[in-house]
Amino acid sequence: MKILTPFKRIFRFYFDGFSNLSSWGRSIWIIILIKLFILFAIIRVFFMPDILKKDYKTDNERSRHVLENLTTSVSVTSELNSKL
Amino acid sequence: MIQSIDWSLVDWSRAQFALTAMYHWLFVPLTLGITWMIAMMETIYVRTGDPEWKKLTQFWMKLFGINFAIGVATGIIMEFEFGTNWSNYSWFVGDIFGAPLAIEGIMAFFMESTFIAIMFFGWNKVSKKFHLVSTWLVAIGANLSALWILVANAWMQSPVGTSFNPETARNEMTNFWDVLFSPVAINKFLHTITSGMVLAAIFVIGVSAWFLLRKRETRLALRSITIAAIFGLLSSVFVALSGDGSAKQIAKVQPLKLAAMEGLYDGTEGAGLVAIGILNSKEKRESGDVFAVKLEMPKLLSWMAYGDPDQFVAGINDFKNGNPGQGILSTGEKIQRGKVARGTLTEYKNARAAGNIVKSDSLKLVFKDQVFLDTYFKYFGYGFVDDVNYYIPNVPLTFYSFHIMVILGFGFMVFFALILFFQARGELPQRKFWLRIAPWLIPLAYIASQSGWIVAEVGRQPWTIQDLLPTVAAVTKIDAGAVMVTFALFAVTFTVLAIAEVSIMLKAIKNGPKNHGGTK
Repeated sequence: MKILTPFKRIFRFYFDGFSNLSSWGRSIWIIILIKLFILFAIIRVFFMPDILKKDYKTDNERSRHVLENLTTSVSVTSELNSKL
Repeated sequence: MIQSIDWSLVDWSRAQFALTAMYHWLFVPLTLGITWMIAMMETIYVRTGDPEWKKLTQFWMKLFGINFAIGVATGIIMEFEFGTNWSNYSWFVGDIFGAPLAIEGIMAFFMESTFIAIMFFGWNKVSKKFHLVSTWLVAIGANLSALWILVANAWMQSPVGTSFNPETARNEMTNFWDVLFSPVAINKFLHTITSGMVLAAIFVIGVSAWFLLRKRETRLALRSITIAAIFGLLSSVFVALSGDGSAKQIAKVQPLKLAAMEGLYDGTEGAGLVAIGILNSKEKRESGDVFAVKLEMPKLLSWMAYGDPDQFVAGINDFKNGNPGQGILSTGEKIQRGKVARGTLTEYKNARAAGNIVKSDSLKLVFKDQVFLDTYFKYFGYGFVDDVNYYIPNVPLTFYSFHIMVILGFGFMVFFALILFFQARGELPQRKFWLRIAPWLIPLAYIASQSGWIVAEVGRQPWTIQDLLPTVAAVTKIDAGAVMVTFALFAVTFTVLAIAEVSIMLKAIKNGPKNHGGTK
């Protein structure tokens, strides 16, 4: 039971702090919560997906996709061989 | 790929990133700087026991709290954008961003969240000394958080300590310390945090001057001004020194950016620094008539860039057309070398797809060959676009942003010195002219700070990663219309946040130092 005491004190510290917020403190927390909701529940979910994670299941597929994007039909190996 | 790229997609994706980064940066620098002054004020309170200093500490802490709360998590949108709009880039950078951003996340969460709570909730609940230590740790934690972001940014400006793995199409960290302690990262970190300190000092003086003009809280305002003016003056000196260090690094790793910053088209020995200038039209600039008007300080650019007043400084045309005498490759040659590097990667990809293990293994080894890396892969990003003009940044935007930043920066230094002088003579409350000017310097400090980032980012275009990945190859091929929608969404969200910040901040300032901390 003694081990719970520090956690209780920490909980109490935060609980008291949030319970006794001043009016400006409350306004700020409302803004933070609305902002986090907009960021993570709206923007992230509906507008900003991680394309590679969404469209490809494995890292191998993702690397192949990016490799495809980074390369085209350019083929200048003969030039490379002559210069190396 | 390039033939089918939608250029409006690239432009909108860039505009969206610029918008979110600039809005995010409205909130960050004040946090970076003001925490140090709050810690200093609280230290004086703890040492003297004078309750006026506690009141002062709590007032500035409240303004810091408003700024921090509204700004917190605004940077996360940029991480979203990496995944949505810049997926090739986010994959290509590999674990380079992962490590610093993970450390930043842990540090921000544990240090800032824990100790900010003590800062605001801990008055009368923890000992004075413990509270003071928490305040200092918030200042240190906030600035160290910035370090990791800036290290990641510095790597994009000068990719060191990594190697490219063609198998995964990712860069892999080979030496964490090279990434962390790259000279670009060190200068960028010092320049950025000290510029935040200057901005915060201007903010504190501006707000305090407003109180003095209204003959309110005179004692508190004068004490704040003393702390802020000393802190601001010292920070200004460090901004100038770290700016000089940054210029030397730019000359080394991004010389074309330096040329754009100074509107230098034709390289010369003993190059002068343009203190003030008005650029001519693009046509005139390219035909050799660069400036309509300019005031130049002889040889200063050579000295600033290389520490030698007679050193050759390359101009935009030297990079475009090449300058064999100075060992500068033309952009055309870099394009050819970039194509060789991309061609090798294509060969590797095809060999792997065909199951030709012998060929794919031998080509994989080419990406570890130092000659290949130095001769070809170093210019990998040039292999995407054939137009040499594509590789030249926006000269007027870079030039004017750089000069606005420098002129304002030196202006702030003089301002701090003058304020300290008046303060030392006990004349400040009578110096109405300077007190009236002070609040108007606050927006100018933000303009200087934003200008610095415009120089850093616009000046290195078209690169997302210097010489390795241009924006055109980094962008995700999604519908440009979707990017326009999110651009508008972010513009509205951030504008509402900025208005909320300014209105809550103004209300808190008008109320003055009445209520302490974040609790009743």
